[in-house]
Amino acid sequence: MDLPHLYRQMQRARAYELAVEEMWNHGLISGEMHLGTGEEAVAAGVVTQLEDGDGLALTHRCSPALVVRGVPLVPMLRELLGAEDGLCGGRGGHMHLFSKEHLAATSGIVGASLPTAAGFALANRRLRPGAIAVAFTGAGAMNQGMALETLNLAVAWRLPLLIVCIDNGWAITTTSDSVTGGSLVERARGFGMRAEEVNGRDVRAVHKAAAKSIERARRGKGPSFLLATCPRLDGHFLGDPLIRMAKRPIAEGKAVLGSVLSSVTSRGGGGLSDRAGGMTQMMSVMAKARRGATRDGRGDPITAVHKAMKKHEAERDRIDAEVTAEIEAAVAEALAGVEEDPDA
Amino acid sequence: MPEMSFGQAVDRAIEDGMVRDETIVLIGEDVPMLRAPLFARFGADRVLAAPISEAAFVGAAAGAAMAGLRPVVELYMVDFVAVALDAVLNHIAKLEAFSGGKWRAPLVIRAPSGAGYGDGGQHGQALWGSLASIPGLTVVVPSTPADAYGLMTTALAHDGPVIFMESKLLSEEWLEFLGRGGRDTVTFAVPADGAHGMVPAPPHAVPFGSAAVRREGSDLTIASVAVGVHRALAAAARLDGEGVDCEVLDLRSLRPLDVETVAASVQKTGRLLAVDEDYREFGLSGELAAVCLEAGLSPRFGRVCVEDTLPYARHLERNALPNADRIVAAVRELVSV
Repeated sequence: MDLPHLYRQMQRARAYELAVEEMWNHGLISGEMHLGTGEEAVAAGVVTQLEDGDGLALTHRCSPALVVRGVPLVPMLRELLGAEDGLCGGRGGHMHLFSKEHLAATSGIVGASLPTAAGFALANRRLRPGAIAVAFTGAGAMNQGMALETLNLAVAWRLPLLIVCIDNGWAITTTSDSVTGGSLVERARGFGMRAEEVNGRDVRAVHKAAAKSIERARRGKGPSFLLATCPRLDGHFLGDPLIRMAKRPIAEGKAVLGSVLSSVTSRGGGGLSDRAGGMTQMMSVMAKARRGATRDGRGDPITAVHKAMKKHEAERDRIDAEVTAEIEAAVAEALAGVEEDPDA
Repeated sequence: MPEMSFGQAVDRAIEDGMVRDETIVLIGEDVPMLRAPLFARFGADRVLAAPISEAAFVGAAAGAAMAGLRPVVELYMVDFVAVALDAVLNHIAKLEAFSGGKWRAPLVIRAPSGAGYGDGGQHGQALWGSLASIPGLTVVVPSTPADAYGLMTTALAHDGPVIFMESKLLSEEWLEFLGRGGRDTVTFAVPADGAHGMVPAPPHAVPFGSAAVRREGSDLTIASVAVGVHRALAAAARLDGEGVDCEVLDLRSLRPLDVETVAASVQKTGRLLAVDEDYREFGLSGELAAVCLEAGLSPRFGRVCVEDTLPYARHLERNALPNADRIVAAVRELVSV
């Protein structure tokens, strides 16, 4: 395992997404923007092991895996800017990125990455023996019928597939455990699939766990399910009101709180215990959002890998400088000729 | 009743309905946070957070409706109805017919729809035409806060399934959540009269199948729904300066469609322009032409619709959607002969 290489890939993914955040803040990127900050160890630990021909099906939170996969950065950024020379001609946007040469596809439909990856795996088994497919998905998506059906299909067809399920504890603004029955690892095992859980903050642990599954898949030993726990550092998407409210309750939450209080004190509706129960549950969700890991804090996988690289300090500094230069150059190239406020 | 935003009007209609009728429950992803006032007022028994399992919770809502509840089910976006389409197409819509009219399911699906904030072609579709093609469903598409309140109120009291389309561009709550995200660096072409407006007091209901004449005119009829109505009105104001007098119909519901009002207007003007944020082929615009032909009318006909998968880039999206420029150009062509 090449830790410096994994470190570089994690830093590339982070630096890329910080640049994307900046562009989004400036209004250069429209619509929703879901960052994968906090997922870098999972992306690097798994995707660095893919080879030519391997397939990759991703979600709306797709940047880290695509960056690590080596999809060229400038066309990706140009796509987010809606440019004609973007990765998808400005037609797809950040939730709908496609790179045919990398056999990499994303979707904004929750759960859709699993059946797509199963199809990649099926085609690979027939057309490119030894090649596999990987699906990235969120834990919330594992409650979609198409995801559960794919667990079964992959086992029944013994597909060369790895399903990487990223569990950050949230399904948008809902805590995952409040809408999920049982354990996801046990759920996958219930379909007869090999399944394990790994600390998704630890890139070496992810790499090791994924290596075993990928090797099995390449040898025709069937699919695996890898549950990787990690933090969600920037909410469901940029500008997530839950995060804004949790962090700045007075400024951001005033209007919401006002309408909640006016409704909760209105005549008609639930009894006292219903109302109290509702308020308590909301407060606990806000508290969880407030407690969440933050960038560069102890829970940030980048912090962990930075520490793990302590023995290679000179190399670490060199990688940092190279990554910064690479991303800055990509951003500069992508932004050449772009005006602020494209709507003006 | 005060001035409200479009989204507030929908929320208020549901809240008022839930006070009146204890069988109404609200189901959807994130509803405890998205509908925090309702969650706080009615509690977790009536405001139910759903997992990301559209096929299951829409199907379960249909079953609950068959068994006595009146669920309001929220989808994040109408695009995601695809995940639950079996429940809608093969079950909810079929119940009344299959039971020989003896069993109906009072279910409302609240479906944010439409584009205009750069979220790409999987999050900005209208799809009301596809859904309105299915017998057994009612499909309503309001364009003002007053109609949003009134049509939701009618939907809540209706004994069959209703798809309630909430245009995201009219709903500042959705635009803030999905498009702006606290930024002041983006702007959207929001029709002011659709996003905010007076909701008449006392609380009222708007019947299904009743179009509204938003502007009277003699030269040409423009028929539309939702954002398209406001774009048509803006175009009509411009055309007025050129001596072209447009009548603008707000259809308000697609199924049932107010054929009588459409036919009466077209008989008067002899020209029909369908303006539709949904796909052009096999949808509302073609249906409008068909009902005119069936009524024995043969107007000069044109349509301004979405012609392809919606592009992500803002400048491409703007031209892919029906806008005043496209409408003006189409009207000029129709009145030129």
